[in-house]
Amino acid sequence: MELRVEGLACRRGEAVVLRDVGFVLAPGEALILRGPNGAGKTTMLRALAGLTPPVAGTISAPQEAMAYGAHADGLKAQLTVAENLTFWAAAFGTSGIGPAVAAFDLGALLDRRTADLSAGQKRRASLARMVLTGRPIWLLDEPTVSLDAANVARFAAAVSTHLEAGGSALIATHIDLGLAETRVLDVTQFAARAAARREADPFAEAIE
Amino acid sequence: MIALLLRDLRLALRAGGGFGLGLGFYLVLATLVPLAVGPQPDLLAPIAPGILWLGALLACLLSLDRLWALDAEDGSLDLLATSPLPLEGAATVKALGHWLTTGLPLTVIAAPLSLLLFLPTQALPWLVISLAVGTPALSWLGTFGAALTVGLKRGSLLLSLLVLPLYIPTLVFGAEVVRRGGEGLSVATPLAILGAISLGCLAILPFATGAALRANLR
Repeated sequence: MELRVEGLACRRGEAVVLRDVGFVLAPGEALILRGPNGAGKTTMLRALAGLTPPVAGTISAPQEAMAYGAHADGLKAQLTVAENLTFWAAAFGTSGIGPAVAAFDLGALLDRRTADLSAGQKRRASLARMVLTGRPIWLLDEPTVSLDAANVARFAAAVSTHLEAGGSALIATHIDLGLAETRVLDVTQFAARAAARREADPFAEAIE
Repeated sequence: MIALLLRDLRLALRAGGGFGLGLGFYLVLATLVPLAVGPQPDLLAPIAPGILWLGALLACLLSLDRLWALDAEDGSLDLLATSPLPLEGAATVKALGHWLTTGLPLTVIAAPLSLLLFLPTQALPWLVISLAVGTPALSWLGTFGAALTVGLKRGSLLLSLLVLPLYIPTLVFGAEVVRRGGEGLSVATPLAILGAISLGCLAILPFATGAALRANLR
């Protein structure tokens, strides 16, 4: 499914953080979101996921097409990895956690309580959830935090598989994932504050 | 929906899930009141309906702040909001889970505890019936209150202040059913009102809860 975003303005709390966001994400394509801390990457992903209603603009794909992977792992510490994953599979109406488990090599961890896992292991279980959703557009917020090099590669492979199957991904990250062909979208160009300043300054055009 | 219910029940029963919290509180209250007031039947019997209902209400209140807060903390709430299950459905399931782990056990344990307070025997069935009819309203109202305060750190004080006034009608009519039952009067009117409150909560509050969650997710 193609994701076409036009004139999107998103807010965090009461402040409008991003304005005039526009891009096209075709099936089989991955788009890397870049920008310094606080640039609005998370704000934009939350708006696309439908968690924050956008202030303006259009998002072509329905909310049902998006799978959101947040900073937080979204795992219940008292449940085992298998119980967590089975719950999310049921919640999204997909069957079988097998492919997700295989993609992130979670087989040995399935019967462990999530509370006993390391941060990287929790992260892998959380990313496996993306596979379970069965949704075409992945929105990932800093997916590789606390992953080691081998698991970053594993994650990149999972994204590649998803792309080959006709899915697409929008990934906010600071590191190079080693994906084959990706475009980079710099979020700072959409910063609402900068735009406002340019409008207020009558000489801005002359200086540029 | 069933998956969410099963997950919540499983979480409640695991260590640290808070299943025994309300029950333990109810037990402590019902055992301590005779010690504090004095063990005379003529003193305890008139206040027993009120004590038993008040205890159930406070026991319900005790476990409310964890209802959505835990899901919000670990990020599950964001993910639930993006899942195919509408938040109204999640609200219904959460409230049902809360009732199954709090209201239902309280209803069951109230009968033996009423012996400690010398509740008249003929009031006993009405105590169980009124709790069974009334505690769903407590769970659904509590789920709504917890959704309103989900974004707040240490929101449990605000939650109590918000929810307690909403609990008053249930408490008044619930205790009234037991009192009238004990005196052999007709319980039809308070029981009907109690049922109406519960049914109204069941029908309307999931939508209010969903709206409150959406507002807090922003």
